[in-house]
Amino acid sequence: MSTTLTMPPAEPDEIEMRSPSARGRAVRRFRRHRLAMFGIVTILLLVLASVAGPSLIPFDDLHIDLRGRFAPPFSGGHLLGTDPLGRDLLARLLMAGRISLAVGFVAMLLSTAIGAVVGVVAGYYGRSIGIVLMRFVDAMLCFPTVFLLLTLAAFIRPSAAMITVIIAGTSWMEIARIVAAEIRSLRERDFAVAAEMIGASDRWIMFRELIPNAIGPIVVAATLTVARAILLESYISFLGYGIQPPTPSWGNLLNNAQQYLESAPWLAIFPGLTIALAVTSFNFVGDGLRDALDARMDVS
Amino acid sequence: MTVQLEVRHLGVSFRTDDGVVPAVHDVSFEVRQGETLALVGESGSGKSVTSLAIMRLTPPPPRAAITGQVLLRGRDGAIRDLGQLPEGRMREVRGNEIGMIFQEPLTSLNPVHTIGAQIAEALAYHRSIGRRAAFVRAADLLDLVGIPEPRRRLSSYPHQLSGGMRQRVMIAIALACDPSVLIADEPTTALDVTVQAQILALLKDLQARTGMSIVFITHNLGVVAEIADRVMVMYAGRIVEQGDVVPLLTRPLMPYTMGLLRSVPRIDWSAEGRTELEMIGGRVPDPARLPAGCSFHPRCRHALAGLCETAVPELLDAGDGHLVRCRRWNDIRAGA
Repeated sequence: MSTTLTMPPAEPDEIEMRSPSARGRAVRRFRRHRLAMFGIVTILLLVLASVAGPSLIPFDDLHIDLRGRFAPPFSGGHLLGTDPLGRDLLARLLMAGRISLAVGFVAMLLSTAIGAVVGVVAGYYGRSIGIVLMRFVDAMLCFPTVFLLLTLAAFIRPSAAMITVIIAGTSWMEIARIVAAEIRSLRERDFAVAAEMIGASDRWIMFRELIPNAIGPIVVAATLTVARAILLESYISFLGYGIQPPTPSWGNLLNNAQQYLESAPWLAIFPGLTIALAVTSFNFVGDGLRDALDARMDVS
Repeated sequence: MTVQLEVRHLGVSFRTDDGVVPAVHDVSFEVRQGETLALVGESGSGKSVTSLAIMRLTPPPPRAAITGQVLLRGRDGAIRDLGQLPEGRMREVRGNEIGMIFQEPLTSLNPVHTIGAQIAEALAYHRSIGRRAAFVRAADLLDLVGIPEPRRRLSSYPHQLSGGMRQRVMIAIALACDPSVLIADEPTTALDVTVQAQILALLKDLQARTGMSIVFITHNLGVVAEIADRVMVMYAGRIVEQGDVVPLLTRPLMPYTMGLLRSVPRIDWSAEGRTELEMIGGRVPDPARLPAGCSFHPRCRHALAGLCETAVPELLDAGDGHLVRCRRWNDIRAGA
């Protein structure tokens, strides 16, 4: 038997956990972030209401009732009133929530995927490929997004799926930059070199070794992207190039409301409030995650 | 004993803003099966660059250029020049036929994956092996490197382990595919002395069991005496002395090696009345501006004007395979 195998067993404290897990600390910091908790509760309520709400209220979002036009809130059973065609505003707002939130989430997933792939490749191959990719990202960032969206929407028949793709196509650059910066520093770390030494391929190192270490900043950026995507969808729908009526979205509800701002202000107020609430909630959650996942807060 | 790894006339140079800087000049050595070769030198002497060049992990050309041959005896007995292999085949060699561990066990493990997953990954690169089998083998490897309760440890994260434990895990990863050569680049430098001794004992034990060859890079002469069969001393990118461990450490021929040995503090000095630690004056030369002739002559107490700065001395055989790069080794030995 060798000296090693007969050596006294390692001290328990030598091998046991020496600090509470980083994840546990991050969760605790997030919980303590009041605005973020407010944000996450609001988002959950909005999602729940949009998913379950339409089947709980007695009005259909497309049901036209010409005798009940412009009913103010709290009249005739219409909690939020009716629009110029007598459709129930609450029902439309909830249905619109499904579209707008879905566009926001899916656009976030798409743009995160694009941004992460572009970012990891640009960050990993720091030289020629990286430089070309990052200059392309810079060029994309130079376009005024709203005009780009409008131009694209003018050429393509707008549908919820198309709008989602267009939004994702114009909002992945920020994530790409964040990921590229993160990967540039991670790839110099010893564990990346160690992976190379055991024969790992570039692809393996990028996606198995490096990306999981950059997940914090990616999650933060993704959360903020949802807010941005919801806002962008509202812009273009408000301008009439987005989701087409009669399908409601938060943006096109506002578009409908602008002519009646004086006679029926509730038509603008409620969708506007909802958009503001959703966007600020996502931003709060993003801020909370940023603080919670920031390793510099780990002063232990 | 068969030669497992042979390096012939290896040279590495880097392209920098100041022009091409040679980091390693004409390094040749061989490592036999089951043998440990220690590579000794100060920081910047080219020992780590040599090991990276063997693995072909220096920056890609044109930033770095490698010349010479690195011949590895494969599992099938065939000898291949690693310098000529396409990158895909080279990847099969890394971690499979040559394992490597290095200085920083604290940061060499990926913080987001469990120990088990990281060992299993090393296996998955080179073996078609199922997930379950990979984890069973991972537990065996942890047991082999002396980690208690290996099955439970598989699900630990690196931050839950101490430095010594992490270096054991790194060794387990390096040994996952039974490499015939292990390159250990200062594997004990970041560890405290008792853990250092355990890791050295572990490496020796593993070598005895598997018959692997070890290239052990260090600047610690105590460690060299502990583990090496043969020693190669490097200075400013060149081999300056090479030989079996006992003659080299007891009767060094090159003034640089003598200086290194004199600057190791020893516990019996106070009995001899020695109180001050000797040093080698001056510093390692800038590889871009090596002194003419012998690179060591400006720091050498035996340097002779008109001789040492004229040309780079040859690596001479002083008998019994003891090689020395010094024009005056015979005079110095006679004088001492």
